[in-house]
Amino acid sequence: MLSGGLIVSVSFAYLLLLFAVAYFGDRRADQGRSIIANPWTYALSLAVYCTAWTYFGSVGRAASGGVWFLPIYLGPTLGFALSWLVILKMIRIAKTYRITSIADFIASRYGKSHLLGGLVSIIAVVGTVPYIALQLKAISSGYALLIGEHDAAYRSIHAGSWLQDSTLYIALLLAVFTVLFGTRHLDATERHEGMVAAIAFESVVKLVAFLAVGLFVTYGLFDGFGDIFARAYADADLAGLFTLDGAGGSYGGWFALTLLAMLSVIFLPRQFQVTVVENVNEQHLRRATWLFPAYLLAINVFVLPIALGGLLLFGQGAVDPDTFVLTLPLVHGQKWLALLAFVGGLSASTGMVIVETIALSTMVCNDLVMPLLLRLSRFKQAASPDLTGLLLAIRRGAILLVLLLGYVYFRLAGEAYALVAIGLISFAAVAQFAPAMLGGMYWRGGTREGALAGLAGGFLLWTYTLLLPSFAKSGWLDPAFLEHGLFGLAWLKPEQLFGLQGLDNISHALFWSMAANIGCYVLVSVLRSPTGQEASQATLFVDVFRRGQTAMPASFWRGSAEVSDLLPLVARFLGTRRAMDAFNDYARTRGVAHVQELKADAGLVHFAETLLAGAIGSASARVMVSSVVQEEPLGLDEVMNILDEASQVRAYSHQLEEKSRALQAATDELRRANEQLKELDRLKDDFMSSVTHELRTPLTSIRAFSEMLHDDPRIDLAERTRFLGIIVSETARLTRLVNQVLDMAKIESGHAEWHNTDIDMRQLVEHAVGTTAQLFRDRGAAVELSLPDAVPLLRADHDRMVQVMLNLLSNAAKFVPAGEGRVKVALTHGGGELRVDVADNGPGIPPESAAVIFEKFRQGGDQRSRPQGTGLGLPISKQIVEHFGGRLWVTSSPGEGATFSFVLPLAEGAAESAAAAHNEIE
Amino acid sequence: MRRGLAGQRLVAAFLAGTLLFNYPVLSLFDRLETAFGLPLLYVYVFAAWAVLIALIAWVVERGAR
Amino acid sequence: MTKKILIVDDEQNIVISLEFLMKREGYEVSIAGDGEEAVARIRREEPDLVLLDVMMPRKSGFEVCQEIKSDPALKAVRILMLTAKGRDTEVAKGLAMGADAYMTKPFSTKELVEKVRAMLSER
Repeated sequence: MLSGGLIVSVSFAYLLLLFAVAYFGDRRADQGRSIIANPWTYALSLAVYCTAWTYFGSVGRAASGGVWFLPIYLGPTLGFALSWLVILKMIRIAKTYRITSIADFIASRYGKSHLLGGLVSIIAVVGTVPYIALQLKAISSGYALLIGEHDAAYRSIHAGSWLQDSTLYIALLLAVFTVLFGTRHLDATERHEGMVAAIAFESVVKLVAFLAVGLFVTYGLFDGFGDIFARAYADADLAGLFTLDGAGGSYGGWFALTLLAMLSVIFLPRQFQVTVVENVNEQHLRRATWLFPAYLLAINVFVLPIALGGLLLFGQGAVDPDTFVLTLPLVHGQKWLALLAFVGGLSASTGMVIVETIALSTMVCNDLVMPLLLRLSRFKQAASPDLTGLLLAIRRGAILLVLLLGYVYFRLAGEAYALVAIGLISFAAVAQFAPAMLGGMYWRGGTREGALAGLAGGFLLWTYTLLLPSFAKSGWLDPAFLEHGLFGLAWLKPEQLFGLQGLDNISHALFWSMAANIGCYVLVSVLRSPTGQEASQATLFVDVFRRGQTAMPASFWRGSAEVSDLLPLVARFLGTRRAMDAFNDYARTRGVAHVQELKADAGLVHFAETLLAGAIGSASARVMVSSVVQEEPLGLDEVMNILDEASQVRAYSHQLEEKSRALQAATDELRRANEQLKELDRLKDDFMSSVTHELRTPLTSIRAFSEMLHDDPRIDLAERTRFLGIIVSETARLTRLVNQVLDMAKIESGHAEWHNTDIDMRQLVEHAVGTTAQLFRDRGAAVELSLPDAVPLLRADHDRMVQVMLNLLSNAAKFVPAGEGRVKVALTHGGGELRVDVADNGPGIPPESAAVIFEKFRQGGDQRSRPQGTGLGLPISKQIVEHFGGRLWVTSSPGEGATFSFVLPLAEGAAESAAAAHNEIE
Repeated sequence: MRRGLAGQRLVAAFLAGTLLFNYPVLSLFDRLETAFGLPLLYVYVFAAWAVLIALIAWVVERGAR
Repeated sequence: MTKKILIVDDEQNIVISLEFLMKREGYEVSIAGDGEEAVARIRREEPDLVLLDVMMPRKSGFEVCQEIKSDPALKAVRILMLTAKGRDTEVAKGLAMGADAYMTKPFSTKELVEKVRAMLSER
């Protein structure tokens, strides 16, 4: 037994130490050397999750349920594995839009709805005030135990009068602490560095204290883990604690508890406060991802040994296991250890109370009181220049109110079931936020009504299946409805709703409330499309990581505003100095020297609204801002348009990239085309040069001989005749060349005239061979003609085809060896084509020349013996044949002659006309 | 890290943890036996828990570099 | 001593006219029908002047010109290039290759004869 004075002084000393830590933290924060800006502090502050309910209650649970205390800590471990997906996004959203509470988060997400914020606040208050009461109770009963105010079973005996109850003073002291460090000033970010430092400190204290007790029990009272467990095994009752079944639970219940804890570690107001609102640096979450679970593991290692130790030493049912942490040292004469254990419990309780109260007071102020104040038109129009004092007063009042509510509940509930079981009941309450929160972060379709319906439905079922039964079990309500159902309807039995059995009450309640919550949320949400406001908020939340790529918040605002309206408005809630500072910073980022020069555009309005949102909540900020600016409400269509525009901008930049790529490709193509043109130009130049050469060569002879004849009268007659002959033949060559060049040019430019008629190629070939007969006779060459009986008529230009034939024949005549030349001309048809072959026994064409002989001025053969020719005959023939859709080519092997062949396609239906022609001939 | 390899590893760790701490894997150890003189279930849960935390720590601290 | 002139051209009729002109002036004339033959004849006969066509099979007038001018033993051989391609670049190229003079086809017979006479009497 310890003296009350000692305990009170130690407690006060501890709280003073806490004040010192918090004060130090705030000082350092003001100096810009934050001590909480490191991942260790952040992770430790998250351990506010471990309250007195963990500190004392885990042992209690383990004493009756064995390993069943564990899901409460396994859940957070699993949940934090996903923190980089879920919590990081929450932090980013909260920071970006200055969201300071869960209520604000949900209200803001669903179109800045006051109603929604209010509902969330009420659920949070109802769900967690009893939890605060539980903390007060822990402190109170711990104190009573230490000073000996307990019965034989170590149950504390409460002081009779409220005013004599030390718990009240502890509550008030905590309220003072919370007011001092929780509402030091109104900050747009609502961060409390000193408070966080104190919480992290408390986490260390409670862990050290608990481990000290654990070590004492395990190694002081027993001979290590093995000893405790071996002794427990010997006891048939205790051995049952080592299996899930023996401890009276199902795997389903285990899963439900894990899930519940996983949700709670995110959605408990105090957890949201430390994890999201108080986060200084997103990177800190990284270490917390494993350090926080590791903390949970450490604080749980000794839970079962302490529980078993207590049960073994005291005997079952003799002492309330919830007090083992205190009673085991106390009974075994370790007063100081008991005092340390009490301080640990105190730290677990106060940490929870402080953070929870701050979180709740923010909600109460921003989402319950402010909306009501805003409804008073007097308040809205009040000329009162500075409302910061009022706001702070509201916050402080809310803190006091929450703590007193907790205290009252503690006094009323006492030892009732409703208080003992509140831990999990509270978890189940905050789990109701999960669908609206998570849905809002990942699903654009959620609407205000959907969130309202989901929250209301879930809350209603939670109340009916968990809260009311707990009241009934506490004797505050007639337990009849528990036994027989509401109005005696069996299917309305709260713990077997619709006859659902086989689940423990928590799993049962979680299932029904979540089913109702998620069901209503989704079903009501999909009843209608989101409004413009909802759609824009949905985009801002869901796409928070894509900001900059998608629409900016400011782009969802249309209207007009005045800086002279906005600045005073913000100043009213933040104070003139802070408002001026904020606006000056904003002006600097906009590159404007003075606030008055700021353009009151959508960006500034959004900035002002965000500033206000930090102080009074997003919904109230919306109302306040809209009271001083002229705005045009955006319909869904317009929001969709803006979103479209944003995606269009993205698409546009995408298109720009595409276009620049296309331009690059076009440039390359142009370059290629240009090179082609240059090449063509060069070819044309070459052609011109070639034509010039070909023209000048005969001209040279003509001029030379003409001048010689003209200048020299002494030239004899025979010489004269010879020279004149040369002149005549060169003139003919020149004429031929000019004609062919013109011909070529006409065909190439497409200006040639084609007089198509039906031609009988047999006649044409015969005619051509007849025309060139003299030529071959001169060369002493024999021509062999091979014609079929009849060929289909060909639709083509008669004269042109004759030109081709003459060209090929005269070509052959030129190259056959003099005196022994043999030329074979063959006409065949088949496969819808007519084919003509002209084969000679000349020197042949080397393969390298075969390709170029169809080019202009590229005559084949040895030029020494080059026959008269312009070098245009074959190119022109080729052009003509190709004009009629045919092909002209040469096959040759050197020394064995060359065969020029061409095919011409017959027009469809030509076969019949061929038959007709044949008949006519017959 | 959100979308990177570490993010995927964390999701994998979450799934592994969910598997390890639930039926049916849990039922394998839900027997009245001892390991190292300690209850099997107790040893299993704490061992799996520690391994999972170590795994997560390895993933996130590695990603921090 | 009679001056020796080599006529190089692949056009039969032009060769006839040049041969007639040069012989009338009293020069000793020999003929080559392509570039390779021209080089061979120049080395063998060491003519005083070469009337050199540009566009020829096997070896162009430019190549012949370059080959002759790069041989110190043939320094005395004068070259008058004749070309049907009248472009300035051709003229410049011919001169760069070391041709002593250049005339475009069709040429005036009088001018040609005078040119030849002038080139031969330079030394």
